Amino acid sequence: MRIARVNLRANFAAFDRWLMLSVFALLGMGTLLVYAATKSWFASQGLDPQYYLKRHILNIFIGALLTYGTTLIDYRLLRAYTPILWGLGVLALIAVLVPGVGSTVNGAKSWIALPGGFQLQPAELAKISVIIGMSMILAEGRDIDSAPSDGDVLRALGIAALPMLLIIAQPDLGEVLIITAAVVSIIAVSGAPTRWVAGLLLLGVLGSFVAVKSGVIHQYQLKRLQSFVDPTADPQQSGYQLRQSRITIGSGGVVGKGLFNGPQTNGRFVPEQQTDFIFTVAGEELGFLGSGFILLMFGLFFFRAFMIARRTNDIFGRLVVIGVIAWFAFQTFENIGMTMGLMPMTGVPLPFMSYGGSSMFANLIGLGLLQNVHIRSR
Amino acid sequence: MNQRSRLNMIVFQTLIASLLLALMGRLFYLQVANGLRYQNAALSIQSRDIITPALRGAITDSSGLPLAMDRPGLEITVDRSALDKMPDKGKAVLVRLAKLMNVKYPDLYNRTRLCGELSAAARTGCWNGTRYQPIPVTRIATQQQALKILENGDSFPGIDASSVPIRSYPSLAGENAAHVLGYVGTVSESDLNSTKYSYFRNEVIGKSGLEFQYNQYLRGKPGVKTVIVDRKEAVTHQARNTASIPGNNLITNLDAKLQSATEAALADAITRAHALGYKADSGAAIVENVKTGQILAIASYPTYDPNIWEKGLTVAQAKDLFSEKAGVPALFRPLQGMYAPASTFKSLSIVAATRAGYNMNALYDCPAQVQIGNHVFKNFETKSQGRINMQKAISVSCDTIWYQIAYDEWVRDGGLFPKSGLHDYFFKTAAGFGLGKVTGIDLPGEATGRLPDRAWKERWYKANKSFFCNFTSQARKSDLTPYLIAIAKENCTDGNVLRAGDAVNFSIGQGDTLVTPLQMTSIYAAIANGGTLYKPEIARAVVKPDGTVLKVFKPVVSGKSPATKKDIAFLHAALRDVATSGTAAGVFANYPIHVAGKTGTAQVLGKNTDGSSKDDTSWFTSFAPVEKPQYAVVMMVSQGGFGASVSAVGVQKIYSAIYGVVGNTVDPTKAIFPNGPTRGIPTLDVKNAKLPVVSK
Repeated sequence: MRIARVNLRANFAAFDRWLMLSVFALLGMGTLLVYAATKSWFASQGLDPQYYLKRHILNIFIGALLTYGTTLIDYRLLRAYTPILWGLGVLALIAVLVPGVGSTVNGAKSWIALPGGFQLQPAELAKISVIIGMSMILAEGRDIDSAPSDGDVLRALGIAALPMLLIIAQPDLGEVLIITAAVVSIIAVSGAPTRWVAGLLLLGVLGSFVAVKSGVIHQYQLKRLQSFVDPTADPQQSGYQLRQSRITIGSGGVVGKGLFNGPQTNGRFVPEQQTDFIFTVAGEELGFLGSGFILLMFGLFFFRAFMIARRTNDIFGRLVVIGVIAWFAFQTFENIGMTMGLMPMTGVPLPFMSYGGSSMFANLIGLGLLQNVHIRSR
Repeated sequence: MNQRSRLNMIVFQTLIASLLLALMGRLFYLQVANGLRYQNAALSIQSRDIITPALRGAITDSSGLPLAMDRPGLEITVDRSALDKMPDKGKAVLVRLAKLMNVKYPDLYNRTRLCGELSAAARTGCWNGTRYQPIPVTRIATQQQALKILENGDSFPGIDASSVPIRSYPSLAGENAAHVLGYVGTVSESDLNSTKYSYFRNEVIGKSGLEFQYNQYLRGKPGVKTVIVDRKEAVTHQARNTASIPGNNLITNLDAKLQSATEAALADAITRAHALGYKADSGAAIVENVKTGQILAIASYPTYDPNIWEKGLTVAQAKDLFSEKAGVPALFRPLQGMYAPASTFKSLSIVAATRAGYNMNALYDCPAQVQIGNHVFKNFETKSQGRINMQKAISVSCDTIWYQIAYDEWVRDGGLFPKSGLHDYFFKTAAGFGLGKVTGIDLPGEATGRLPDRAWKERWYKANKSFFCNFTSQARKSDLTPYLIAIAKENCTDGNVLRAGDAVNFSIGQGDTLVTPLQMTSIYAAIANGGTLYKPEIARAVVKPDGTVLKVFKPVVSGKSPATKKDIAFLHAALRDVATSGTAAGVFANYPIHVAGKTGTAQVLGKNTDGSSKDDTSWFTSFAPVEKPQYAVVMMVSQGGFGASVSAVGVQKIYSAIYGVVGNTVDPTKAIFPNGPTRGIPTLDVKNAKLPVVSK
């Protein structure tokens, strides 16, 4: 108990301050925006207007504990638990595919319903096991200046392949995309031969082609992609959502309509606004200044995370950090890009901001990993 | 770190930095560069305008009596958003409502559908507004119907009853005036696209007549309530609410009693023509103040009920308005009907002849017929009169004198080979009196008539040359008679040349000449007042709802006729002779008001739809009193037979109404204008006008 308290103080003092600042800013703004997105809607239904706010704060609180917990054990010791973590992730991913266990949301079986109305999204946690597993194998038994062998790369890909196949089976296109980005980034930074990076990129292109042709990608996903190319193609469905999303952000102008004062938001014109479309609330109510600030905070976050990756002399730590950066960066780009019509609609939450427990927990564990590497590389 | 690892890391960092920059750029594009556009887009998604119609201004006669006004009506409305939420889409409610309103369910169903929801063939009665406002299904509900709806809210969810203004033409003096007043209707798509005026959707605007002409004064400004709605169309709050501003009142020069008397005199003339065996399918009658151009009464036959529009026009009624069989009641004969003026034109021929140097006091031959070229032109209304002076020629309406004069002038202008410096006295005089162009009356849709001068001939020839030159292949079989083929051949070679027959026919108002009754009224008013052509005016003033005068319509001089003082004096004497000893003496010889006028009986080529040949057009153009002219009165009855027996009698009835003539004496207590036409602007008391109950 005494040791734990010392650790607590020591660890927290050793955290990268700027990284924490950016995450606090994002969490704080996210909390306000989740409240703004649901307040008047719930009030008009005669429900508790703070329902989402309370649950979101609870999620952040649990997530903060997870962040801290993640920093307690030296990340180098995490390697020992990796097979267990990975195994649990795979099991959970299999479980969602079992009828009666997994629940279907928006055409994809991505959730496990837990007692008490809670839901768990195993893919969020599986991401972490893939990143750590791959980093472990690619860093195993070599010094910092050597390159991983072809065999290492193959084994690392094997680690990623099974969870990815299971996520494709759900199917959750957005998560697959993000894990792919993490996989390629880790292999690239590990110093593996360039042919692997090139080959993987080619495989990604071929894979998506085959996925569309073979029907692995469902009709609703194709429609989302079509409405990305031509938003008027299906105006009432996904095209409607994208159009509303863009109008909502655009109508915010430079200074926005003011927090809680967005008519588009209060009129519920953007579906799923507290989760995947949380950025539209920022766009409408906080304007270019507020939403630009969010982008700046993400910029600060990535900048500090790269500092951590550069500073550490441990190749395992660096690859984990790179994997986490790739995950957050592509998820952020995919999410915000989608709300502004730059990316197709795939349904991934915005890190640190969207409402949702599994995602928030995974994000804050990711943050814990970054701080863990940071503390141990000083 | 090995080289490759280091390089890849830099590439990776750069990639992520550029992704963030891309997001920032896109954010700038949406919110800063295009912010305004998206704000408007958002506004159109969130806001709904609900229009409260403004009280439309009244149209009154010159004494302030309302001819058209808004009156309280009871409107039943259907809220589609409420109905659509019901499991049966509101069918049960509509069936109940149809029963209450005593209409058929399919009719009511149609009225509650947006036009876009129905197939083009089945749109009768559809609603051309939006679904966000209550859809009116009737505006003349009874008190009992409205109460039933309001008291049994749970039987009629989504149905409401409220009082609204409806346009009413109360006919307080028994006048009809349907054409001149016009009617109102909901704005059309093309009105909404008008660049001149901006209207609100579902605004009621004037569609014809004075309602159309002075819509901008009458319409007022609708109230607009803007509400903000959410995605499910539930109203979240009200953004703005401007009250409606009532429209201004239009005071006209019309007199309701005189209008009523004029319509009765015209209808009576038609009946008389029927009794005499003529087809008498339509007619027009006009009373104008010769000193100002103010129109005091203007009647058209056949007519229709002006309230037909508010009662809800049925498809059959709409068809009837334009059906040949019903006489095309929609056509406003006084300014849209075109007829040959016949002998009423001779007043202009007098002016043309004096300009050409003919002595009005000399004697001229009036034989029974004159041969010009191969054609024989006969006297129409009279036999041979021997040698007579021009005054007599007018009073007995001799044609043959004019044939000779017109022929001589045609020859002098070069005949078939026109010289340069043409005189064309007849055409130029007619143009000088305004024939061939509109009078400029403040009503829409006025016809120009046709002045068949050389330029018109040229245009006509260009348009028809190919038909005449290919007559045998293009004409109907029944028209291939040797006579018509010969005419076609003539027209093919030199159809553009003004022939002797054209000049001769023109001098007596026949041939290709067409005029509107209003043009003839304007001409005889000018003869009466000494030669000034006024723009005929219906509007007298625009008065605000609070009584302040916004605009006064002063008399507008549109031109000076080519008649000299001498011509005018001659015409006054000659036209008075027509009434005392000439063709209209039977009607006016002993009449206490000294009327001067001219009969006209125009031959009409062509056939009726039943194949019978057309009867003559009956005209009487006049002014009175001849000593100090005040009124010009013109009546025309198409297929009415002789001018004297039909139209002159009708005109007499109108004068009798104006002056209060009973038998052969004047009773000023019975006169509509005992002291001349009304002047000035009356004070209006539209609200307290006693209105008859509108029947359903």
